[in-house]
Formats: sequence, C-alpha cells, structure tokens
Amino acid sequence: MARGVSIDHVTFGYGATPVLEDVSLEVERGQFFAFLGPSGSGKTTLLRLIAGFGTPTVGRILIGDRDVTRLPPWSRNVGMVFQSYALWPHMSVRKNVAFGLERRKLSRAEIDRKVAAALDLVGLTHFAERRPAQLSGGQQQRVALARTVVIEPEVLLLDEPLSNLDARLRVEMRVELRQLQRKLGITAIYVTHDQEDANAVADSIAVLDQGRIQQIGTPMELYDRPVNRFVATFLGTANLIEGTIESGGRFVADGIALSAIGGEPGRACISVRPQDISVAPPDGGIPARIAEREFLGNITRYHTQAGAQSIVVDVPYRRGTHAHDVGETIGLIIPPSQVSVLR
Amino acid sequence: MSALSTIAVARPSLTVRLGGSPAQIAILVGVALFLIAFLIVPILRVIMVAFTGHDGGFTLIHFSDFFDNALLRDSFWNSIYVAAMTVVVASLIAVPLATIIARFNFRGAALIHTLGVVPLVMPPFVGAVAMQLIYGRNGSINLLLNEWFGFRIPFMEGLNGVIFVEALHYFPFILLNLSASLSNIDSAMEESAQNLGAHGLTLFRKIVFPLALPGYIAGAALVFVKVFDDLATPLLLNVTNMLAPQAYLKITSVGINDPMGYVISVIMILCSLGAMALAALTLRGRDFSTQQRGGGGLSRRTMSRAGNIAAGSFIVMILLLVLSPHIGIFLLSIATVWSYAVLPDGFTLAHYTSVFRESGQMISNTILYCGLAGLIDVVLGASLAYVVLRTRLPGRKLVEQVAMSAVAVPGLVLGIGLLRTYYDVQLPWSGESLATFWFMLVIAYAVRRLPYALAAATAAIQQLHVSLEEAAENLGAGKFTTLTRIVVPLMTGGLLAGFVTSFATASVELAATLILVARAPDAPLAYGIYVYMQSAAGRGPGAALGVIAVVVVSIATYLAYRVAERERGLKSRAF
Repeated sequence: MARGVSIDHVTFGYGATPVLEDVSLEVERGQFFAFLGPSGSGKTTLLRLIAGFGTPTVGRILIGDRDVTRLPPWSRNVGMVFQSYALWPHMSVRKNVAFGLERRKLSRAEIDRKVAAALDLVGLTHFAERRPAQLSGGQQQRVALARTVVIEPEVLLLDEPLSNLDARLRVEMRVELRQLQRKLGITAIYVTHDQEDANAVADSIAVLDQGRIQQIGTPMELYDRPVNRFVATFLGTANLIEGTIESGGRFVADGIALSAIGGEPGRACISVRPQDISVAPPDGGIPARIAEREFLGNITRYHTQAGAQSIVVDVPYRRGTHAHDVGETIGLIIPPSQVSVLR
Repeated sequence: MSALSTIAVARPSLTVRLGGSPAQIAILVGVALFLIAFLIVPILRVIMVAFTGHDGGFTLIHFSDFFDNALLRDSFWNSIYVAAMTVVVASLIAVPLATIIARFNFRGAALIHTLGVVPLVMPPFVGAVAMQLIYGRNGSINLLLNEWFGFRIPFMEGLNGVIFVEALHYFPFILLNLSASLSNIDSAMEESAQNLGAHGLTLFRKIVFPLALPGYIAGAALVFVKVFDDLATPLLLNVTNMLAPQAYLKITSVGINDPMGYVISVIMILCSLGAMALAALTLRGRDFSTQQRGGGGLSRRTMSRAGNIAAGSFIVMILLLVLSPHIGIFLLSIATVWSYAVLPDGFTLAHYTSVFRESGQMISNTILYCGLAGLIDVVLGASLAYVVLRTRLPGRKLVEQVAMSAVAVPGLVLGIGLLRTYYDVQLPWSGESLATFWFMLVIAYAVRRLPYALAAATAAIQQLHVSLEEAAENLGAGKFTTLTRIVVPLMTGGLLAGFVTSFATASVELAATLILVARAPDAPLAYGIYVYMQSAAGRGPGAALGVIAVVVVSIATYLAYRVAERERGLKSRAF
C-alpha cells in the first residue's frame, strides 16, 4: 500500500473553534478520494492546505514520503482544479495549458508536444487558440483539467469541480473525471458537498463536519454503517430513533421494541434506512399510522407515526402495487441486521 | 506509521506573523511615508499656523479676527450661499433629466447621457470668461433681450455668475448619482407596492423617493464641496468676496506668514468635512444599494405627445446652456474682437498661431507634470490597493483611509500647506526652494488624485479573483512571476483608466498651480489660461489655450472610457 497523501494530526486556525481540528487521514497512491461535508465543514480548507495555500497551525502534510508542510505552493507539484476554474482570461487555451510547463523550464518542442497531448486528452484540440471566454462552461472545465494534469502532478486536487455545470453535464463530467483519473493512474482528491457526486466517483470518502472528520470509508460502508447521526442523515435519508438498549441487546423506545440489536446497554440512538423497512398487516409488525403519502415514481414514501416515533418508509412501486391510504394503520417490520447503532 | 505519530508544531515565520512579505511591507511603508510628507504634514502645518499666536503659543485670536472682519464674514456666508444655491440650480437641471431617463421611454435618452458628460471635459474656470461674453450684462443674450424686450437678466452679476457657471458644470454629479440610484430600484419593488394598493404620489413618497435619496444626497454633497472649495471660477469672474479667493489673495499679496490664509484654509476643510459628514449622517442606515439586485429600474411608461415635446424642449434648452461655455470659448479663440456684441466682429486663427509660438513650453510642461503625476498615482494606487486587498499587514486600512482623505482637501489648501512646509528647504544643486521647484506641482497633483487612482486599482484587483493567482502558484509560478504574468496584465485596463483620469483632471487643476508656480517657464496650461484671461488682449490666446486643454481632456476621457468598456467586456465573459 503505497502512500499518496498523509494528513497527520492537522489543526488549522486558532482559538476555541479552529477551522480544522486534529484531522488525520491517509490517501493511497492511485486512489480517488473525496472530502464530503456541508459548507463550513473545513473540506476546502483541508484541500487548500494540501496545495500549500495556508500552513497548518499544528500537524504535518506528506505527499508520498515528502513532508511538504512548509513548502510554498509553487514547489509542491500538486495540481489543483479550482471551483471557478481560474482560467486566465488574457491568455489563449494553449497558453493557459502551457503556463505550468514553462515554469518547469521544458524545451519549446516538449511543451508543444505535451500541451497537444493534454488538449487531445480532454478533446479540445481544435480550441487551442480560443480565449476562455469563448468556451462553454463544460469546455472551460476541461481546459482547467488539462492545465492541471499536463504538469503531471503527484496529486490531483479538485475543488467542487462540477458545481458550476448544469445537471446533465454534471453526470457526464463525473464519468469522464473518473475515466481520466483511472487512465492516468493519478492520486485524486475531490471536494464536494454533494453525496451523490462523492458516491459516484470516490473509492473512499472522508465525511467532515465542523472541522472534524466524522467517518472514513467506502461509499457503501458509510451508507450501511454510519457511526453517528451526522453521517447517517448527511448520506441519504435515515430514521433516527432514540431509546434504550436493555441487557440482552433488546432496543426499546416509545412505541417500538426491537430484539437482538446488540450494542452496549444504556441510552442509544439507532438508524434505519426507509427502504430497509417492510410493510405488513397491522398485526404483523410494529403498528404505525400513515400520516402522509408521497408518490415519487420508483417508490411510494409513507410518513408514519408509531407511538411517539415518526418513521419514514419507502415501498418500491410497480404498476398495480396496492397503495395504503393516509389514516390507515400498517405494520412495520424492521430487520435487526439493517439497524445501525450510532455513537 | 510511527513517523506520523509525532506532532509537528509550526512556528509562524516573520512573514506569517506580520501578514506580508518584506517587499509588501516596504511598499506599505513607502506609500505611508509619501502621504505623511506630502499630505499629513502640510495639512497639519496649515492647522498649526492657524492656531499659533505671534508669541508662538496656542491661540484662537486669528479665528476671532476672522469673524470680526466684515469682508471675511461676508465671504464666509457668500461661499456657503454660492455652494448651496449651486446645489439648488444644479438640482433643477438634474432631477427632471434623471426622472425622464428613469420613468419614460424617451427617444432622447442617449442625448441626456451625453449631456451628463459634456460639461465635465471643460473645467468651469476655462469657460467663465466666455460665459461673461454670452450671458453678462453686455453679453449676447442680454443685448438681444434688451433690444427686443427692453430688459436684462442678471445671470452673471456678482455671485450669480459663480452659481450659474458652477451649476452648469457640476449638475452631472447629481444626474449620474441619482440615475444610478433610480436604475437600481427593482421594478418588482414598485410593482409589489402597486399590488398592495399604492400608486401615484403615495408610491413616489413611500417607495421611489426613499430609494433614490441616497444617490441624490451623495451627488449634492459632492457638488457643495467642489463649489465651496473652487478658487479658479470666482477669480476669473472677478468675484473676490468668497473664502477661497480671500485665502489666495492673503497668501499671494500679504505673504506666506499672514495667518488669515491659514485660518480660511482650516475653515474650508471644516466646511468640506462638515458637508460630507452631514451627508453621511443623513444616509446612515438608508443606503440600500447593496441589498438590491439592480433590477433595471422602474417600469417605463410611454410619454404623451405633449410630454414628448415638453421634455424635448427642456433637454434642448439645457443642451444649449451646457454647451454655451464650449461654444463661447471656441468663438472667443477665433474672434478678432468680441465686446459689446452678440457675436464676434471677425474671425482669425492668429490666437492659435501665437499660442503655439509662445506657449509651447506650457503645453509640454502640462504633459510632463500630469504624465508624471498620473504615473505616480498609478504606481502608488496599484501597490497600495494590492497590499490592502491581498495582505494582512497591520495599518494597511489606515494608510488607505489617509490616501482617500485627500478627496476632502481643497487644492488651494494643499498648495498652501506644501508651500509653507517646504519653503525653507533648499535644493542642494540650485539653492532654489523645494516648494517652488516644478516637481512639487507634480506631487500636489498626484496627492489630490491618488484617491481616484486608488479606487480604480482597488476595483481592478477586486475583479481579479484570487484563484487566478493561486492557480499560477499551484502550477509552479512564484510570487513575482504571478505578479508579472497574471496580475499586472489583467489590471492593465484599470490602471490605464486610472492614469488617464489623473492626467486629465490634473491638467486643468488651477488652485494648487497658482500657489506653487514661481517662474513663468515652469507654468502649465491652466496657469497660462488664467494669466491670459486677466487682460482683455489676452482673452483670445487664453481661449485658444482653453480649447487645446479641452481637446486634450476630451481625448483622454474618451480613451479612458473606451479602455474601461473593453476591459469590462473581457472580464464579464471570463467566468
């Protein structure tokens, strides 16, 4: 397991609420990694620290085996694609892409060759002499990518690269990004607030909130086994139920009792996804009254009330499926294997 | 992974602790020293002299002398009266024009916009003498009126003349500010008020007026201050019972040691600051421009036929008034004799040939001084703006505010301050006083225009997203390469516009020029116009110089406008 990027106990900012607090993580070489979190979670700050825009108050940053903590941005060989693309409006596409190579004192012929290859890679060979302002948003995004990968950086940093694109283009670019990263075999870190983007591209995700890492794992691990309320609700919809775990692993809350949950006895909060609950006749499960019904196409979503608990249940929809009515009482079946006990 | 378990505690470097690199610190200190030497010390010197008694101690005796003197007391009230009346007259011109643009679909709207710029290319004092010839007691208009109807209108009698000339020159400040405010009002605001039942006068009183007020007040305050501080126009119209001319006369005729010139300077600064503070106070909590989306202004109505004719005639009348100094000065510059007549007796190009023969030095002086002043402004303005926006150096905001405060300093006062401060400093090579060395003029011009250059550079850097610089650093460019390859090329337009603005306004600055020019060979154009206009025989050549100045300023202004437009086009398509 070769090391790509190491964040080693990094704190950034001073005072009672630092922007980042004791963050540690490992990105393997060649991995596509994502920092996922809401705005203000510190994800972009962490990315900027890797690029050298700011120095950690405490802690180290390593790229490969190099300690880059004190290096200025221009000596790091880390490629960053900015959220605004940051294309220089006074230079042509070709000059934008050649800029980094010129700083590296390559020969003219080599620069020309590499620029041509990079533009070919992103499919913009015929746009080399255009100014950035003459390109569409998606094309500008590709120029920004070409300009970054052409210097063959050790790590590719992407700061919300898709946020300025419309929905359809977003999905296309997501696939392209993933293919490009695989083709180049480059270590990539992707910052986003969109869990769908993160799930789609990343091998591994670090979820951040309030300057701290909440959980690190593959998209499925995070979804299936969230460790706390933040992760459970930030990645998809979750029913959070407060209650008590009795000795013997039985979970009891007002209106609900589940056996064989496991976990430490005492006050506890559990999480269960709406689609993991199935519906039975009233006497076949936990009795719940339907308060609201939403038809969403592939599923029907019921907002139900079981005792004091509000529980959302998703039922797959196929043509002809029987729909329950508002006011009806149904039985909910919650399989213990689908329940996560949160911290 | 044991190597990772040790925690490195970063010790901030000097650069991090102070928030800027040594080069950036040097820039900030340099600009601060420039401002201390050529703005703060001279102004403090003026204030000190005004409060220093003959025994060298603190005294208020000069101020009581000021108010005991009937002429000075009158001058004080005259200056306030003239400034206030100019605001009134300028408003009578500007408010209807702004309303027509904002409210109606009017075909002449483009004409009004032009109207707003035309006066600004010619300083009021240049046209003042020509205005005498057109609107004076025995000028074209009154001769015709007297002949046809047997009465005269005292447009140019005493203070009226100053008010008339200044109002025609400065009304665009109100027009432009008010138009900006009006066009910022989202039509949805008007519509939602109508939707809730307001219309007509209620709509105007409750919605349009409060939202347009900030722009009007800002423009009016600017006009008041500019007129209050103006020395050149009253001097050329031979009106001396106002504050600025009195200060000038005390310094130039009584002498540099007469305290009254300094007392008047202090009073002028206090009145300028007072007017600005009053405007700021009125506007406190009422400037909504940042909360508005700029919705393209009020909904426009189609004007009735009669309305079109009325608006059209009003605009034509204003246009004639506004253009009359320009027309007058042009006629004067090609007139053989023009006196007690509706039009000149004959036409000649002799004034131009004599001006080019005798005054080439003045033209080249103007280009040299104003070019240098513009250069200083651009360099200082851009460096300071960069330090303010891109570093965290302590004191950077203070230096910026000091630089901006030069706006409130009348040219006359700065001239007096520089003269007093540097009069006794001798140049090592010639023994000449530093105060009257030609380069002091350049400095006076540069200090007074630094706020405009600073504002232009600040705007240019603000439009330059910081990620453009970060992207360059990320790809391997150091601070210097980033500056030369990315920052400076992208600021070129803004810097050029700043240069041209400084150049154009400096070339017609008279107050500081009159105070600081000691020898005829050092004099610039503005000085020449003033001197020529003093004698009846010099009016022709003076007018010719005036036309040359107007042409220079117009070209410069037009170029600045074009550059700014092109730049905006480039930027707006950039993201």
